[in-house]
Amino acid sequence: MIINHPLLGPRDAAEFVYLGDAALIDRPDPSVADAAEKFHEYGYLRDNPAGEHQELWYHEQGDRSWLVVTRNTLSHEISKVELARDVAVARGRGR
Amino acid sequence: MRYSALKILKEGLTGNKGWKPVWREPEPKKEYDVIIIGGGGHGLATAYYLSKVYGVTNVAVLEKGWIGSGNVGRNTTIIRSNYMLPGNQPFYEMSLKLWEGLEQDFNYNAMVSQRSILNLFHSDGQRDAFVRRANAMMLSDAGAELADAAQLRRELPFLDFDNARFPIKGGLYQRRGGTVRHDAVAWGFARGADMNGVDIIQNCEVTGFHIENGVCTGVETNKGPIKANKVASCVAGSSSRVMALAGMRLPIESHVLQAFVTEGLKPTLPGVITFGAGHFYVSQSDKGGLVFGGDIDGYNTYAQCGNLPVVEDVAEGGMAIMPMIGRARLLRSWGGLMDMSMDGSPFIDKTHVEGLFFNGGWCYGGFKATPASGYCYAHLLAKDEPHPNATEMRLDRFISGHIIDEKGQGNQPNLH
Repeated sequence: MIINHPLLGPRDAAEFVYLGDAALIDRPDPSVADAAEKFHEYGYLRDNPAGEHQELWYHEQGDRSWLVVTRNTLSHEISKVELARDVAVARGRGR
Repeated sequence: MRYSALKILKEGLTGNKGWKPVWREPEPKKEYDVIIIGGGGHGLATAYYLSKVYGVTNVAVLEKGWIGSGNVGRNTTIIRSNYMLPGNQPFYEMSLKLWEGLEQDFNYNAMVSQRSILNLFHSDGQRDAFVRRANAMMLSDAGAELADAAQLRRELPFLDFDNARFPIKGGLYQRRGGTVRHDAVAWGFARGADMNGVDIIQNCEVTGFHIENGVCTGVETNKGPIKANKVASCVAGSSSRVMALAGMRLPIESHVLQAFVTEGLKPTLPGVITFGAGHFYVSQSDKGGLVFGGDIDGYNTYAQCGNLPVVEDVAEGGMAIMPMIGRARLLRSWGGLMDMSMDGSPFIDKTHVEGLFFNGGWCYGGFKATPASGYCYAHLLAKDEPHPNATEMRLDRFISGHIIDEKGQGNQPNLH
């Protein structure tokens, strides 16, 4: 697979480390009453869809950036690559 | 029809005209006591033990494709019980004991060959870890034997003992481990279940569940609705897709694992050998091909094919322990879908829906577990309580904290 890095251009997927579903950006609020349940869902339960999947890849052998890659799990086709930082900021996380 | 030497002789002399199909192809009935979704090794084993041990015979196995078309037909055929944790090891030892008596039990030649499995170690620290594992194995009567480098040099002279990075210091043997003819496992269980009255329905895809007031009363299929008192999912890599139809999210990611076979060679590997410094395992099939594999590709996928970086990694693992493998030409490779769980261990459990049961999360270790998985799942379905050897394989273990993490990797499925 080739991941089209937003800053570096097309890079071999072998340079990256895969973390998982990009929902991991949305860490629950630890101060809410049902935080234990929310963290269980966050840490352990996954949608695991067949089809389009947003996921976190880390460019370990490159610029060490985290990316959100939108990839089809049936065909391995990558339709979109964003910096995870931009996604997190757009979702109201981070600075 | 029972197979026997006499029967083979008689058929051989009369032109082999008396062999008949070994399972029926029935149309689904309107209602069953138990519906098993998934006609793979585990599903068929469940049907077999349900009908044989627990006396539940009004059972249907629904298979989307043809039986044995999933992982039971695409694995590296290894059986072993060299686990460590108490939630796993007695279960896998039960499985190995069932393998040992399986062919006599279901009267079918599954070519169970206890040719031994050897886990190599490459450092003092790894030897200590393997000694600990060996002790855990002996606690469950699985048998374990530590071999030093001198012994291995005599037995397996082709290994690269003096490799600069990964010198071989010894290995952990389980002599009772080995290989099995994988397709025959599916066929043998299917035949046995069919003879006990189980309906095996192929080309029947489950498209939904009938759930009323928290009770599952049957399934919707491409052959129409079928009612059941109990519905049992057993679909490995497709677990998340099927259980999503019942509104469930699972602690599972689907990944692809690749496997490889070389051209046929003369007998060279006596048993199964695994690399301790990377991920590589190899055995030789009865046809002569070297069957080997390594890590999963490491990203979510439902495509039954992998990518080249892992092919390279597996080849490097092979070259690191037995350089002679570099002369063998690769005949074919393929991929299968692994239901990778969050702690690397499986589930055999009820769900929050009454009458709906779940078996999955086998990661890439499901084949060796086939008989015990079927037996324990059948026990759960028949008695509504877990088999004593599968009490820890619960779906709620991540919230209760009772995880079964053999490798201590945490909730990162691609590291298990």
